[in-house]
Amino acid sequence: MALLEVDDLSVTFARRGQRTVRAVDGVSFSVDTGEVVGLVGESGCGKSVTSMAIMGLLPRHPGTRIGGKAVFDGTDLLGLDDRARRDIRGRDVAMIFQDPLSSLNPVIPIGLQVTEVLARHRGMTGGAARREAAGLLDRVGIPDPNRRLKEYPHQLSGGMRQRALIAMAVACRPRLLIADEPTTALDVTIQAQILELLKELVHDSGTALVMITHDLGVVAGMCDSINVLYAGRVVETARRRPLFREPRHPYTAGLLGSVPRLDSGRGEPLNPIPGSVRDVLSWSEGCAFAPRCSRRVDACLDETPPLVRTYDGRTYRCVDPVPLPGAVPAQAGPADQPGASSPEPNEEKTRD
Amino acid sequence: MFRFIVRRLLQLIPTLFGLSLLLFIWVRRLPGGPEDAILGERGTPEMRAAIRRSMGLDEPILVQYGRFVQRLLRLDLGTSSSTKRPVVEEFLERFPGTVELTITALVIAIGVGIPLGYLAARRRGQLLDHLSVGGSLVGICVPIFFLAYVLKAIFSENLGWFPSSGRQDPTLDATRITNFFVLDGLMTREWDAAADALWHLVLPGIALASIPLAIIVRITRASVLEVLNEDFVRTAEAKGLTERTVRGRHVLRNSLLPVVTSIGLLTGGLLSGAVLTETVFAFTGIGAFIYEAINHRDYPVLLGFIMIISVVYVLVNLLVDLSYSLIDPRVRVR
Repeated sequence: MALLEVDDLSVTFARRGQRTVRAVDGVSFSVDTGEVVGLVGESGCGKSVTSMAIMGLLPRHPGTRIGGKAVFDGTDLLGLDDRARRDIRGRDVAMIFQDPLSSLNPVIPIGLQVTEVLARHRGMTGGAARREAAGLLDRVGIPDPNRRLKEYPHQLSGGMRQRALIAMAVACRPRLLIADEPTTALDVTIQAQILELLKELVHDSGTALVMITHDLGVVAGMCDSINVLYAGRVVETARRRPLFREPRHPYTAGLLGSVPRLDSGRGEPLNPIPGSVRDVLSWSEGCAFAPRCSRRVDACLDETPPLVRTYDGRTYRCVDPVPLPGAVPAQAGPADQPGASSPEPNEEKTRD
Repeated sequence: MFRFIVRRLLQLIPTLFGLSLLLFIWVRRLPGGPEDAILGERGTPEMRAAIRRSMGLDEPILVQYGRFVQRLLRLDLGTSSSTKRPVVEEFLERFPGTVELTITALVIAIGVGIPLGYLAARRRGQLLDHLSVGGSLVGICVPIFFLAYVLKAIFSENLGWFPSSGRQDPTLDATRITNFFVLDGLMTREWDAAADALWHLVLPGIALASIPLAIIVRITRASVLEVLNEDFVRTAEAKGLTERTVRGRHVLRNSLLPVVTSIGLLTGGLLSGAVLTETVFAFTGIGAFIYEAINHRDYPVLLGFIMIISVVYVLVNLLVDLSYSLIDPRVRVR
């Protein structure tokens, strides 16, 4: 039994006078205790909305519809009333956000922002709460915690702010931590430190971590298993190694191939995936990625591609997946390297 | 902090100097002079010239200005040409009334405006929201003197709930200490006098509060709506804090920043802009007196009163800036 089991989660936003947007369209994935799971995809693929829906943080609006289930330790988080949800949030399930400066209240000292969680969920007040807060800041690597408790967010550096947010998130030793692009707003050197800290916390406390990111480097360094999202659906799920070594979905392959490499020749062009997330079909019309896909075949537009489950526990949603290396595909030539993403030469071949 | 205050007070000096020059020129550009007010239409040219000479108005204007500044440095604002009493004395007698009225209006505007603006934002698009936004538009549009007359007609002349004019019932024969009637009543333990003075403040206070109230409702509403979308409110929600904590600690406090700024500006306007309200309710404040002074071309009163009001205005805004730094640590003054 997984700690968190997200099943067929969907989120639609309907606004008067505008087209209804299906931001999340049947996302399913699971997280085991102590596991680090990545949700990867480019902007607009629905990864943040997925996390907000699980946390119950989507703005309450009559046009917002949430479907499916998110079962955490036996309770469906989506079915809880407001009060029960507030009891779980911050205590059992906590969240870290993207922009640490705007995510902290500018007019309240860091100390109170940490102790208010302790007061809410652990009933700690006064000196005990302050000592615990100082201990938390110390644990996330903020030097001189007693002084920092009295300071305001603008007096801290970017990395320190994110550390403070992490301290607030882990204050009640949650069993599940959701990190929504926690390093996007930080310098590269700080990014590495924060990731290291998260890894350490997860390892020490056995907290499960859902890592939401568009950065494949983050995924490669941290995640046990990875879900690749496209247009509101999971298109591929795999453990870390197999995914990086042999991506099966053309979108995953495209993502991996578009990462610039230090060892590529000078002046060689980058390999972006053509088009943008806006060139999307609805999943009901076929494969949403088809308009941008280099391996597109006619069958892509017939119906929603079914989820294929392989013998080694991987799943992908593609009618014409990237062949495994070593396997001799029907027509594709030797150009099909793992992670290769410039398939223009064999595009015609595969389509034949 | 201390240096900030000193610096702001020093800035006041050039401001006042420039203001005095402008005012002096303005006031003297008014057609006619005090002699017209004193003599009426019957005065002969000789009598007019005699009066002007006795007031020193026949000298070159720069000399007059120089004398004015010289006296100003000794904190002497001269004597009123219409009442023949020192300007400072006139001011001290009337300003407390205006201050009382301004405070009443502010209490009403803030006490009603902030909760109403907050509720309107929370119930966005619902009846209360539409009512308060529409109502505030009316509040801004309706001329004060009209509102004042309507209030007076309904609540004092028809219903008889409130007195229609003055600051206090003269038959009470209350003791005067500071000329703040409510304060005097409290200090001398003449409770009925204090209550009566307070009672006299209600209707003019409401009339004067209408525009600031409307502005505060709108600013609060817009500010709350903006803060509700802030990331840190989402963080507070993600911590599982109760709705009450999220609203009180995280939403409301941040929403008040722009409201405080506007209150500072409004206070200045109220102190000097109560002319119409004071006139309708025959309320002894500076507004009605300045109006009289313009009619009588009472140069010393005009110059003196406006100079003092601008000092008060600057001081009020200094206070607002200081209080601003109390609620927003990012603008700690240096």
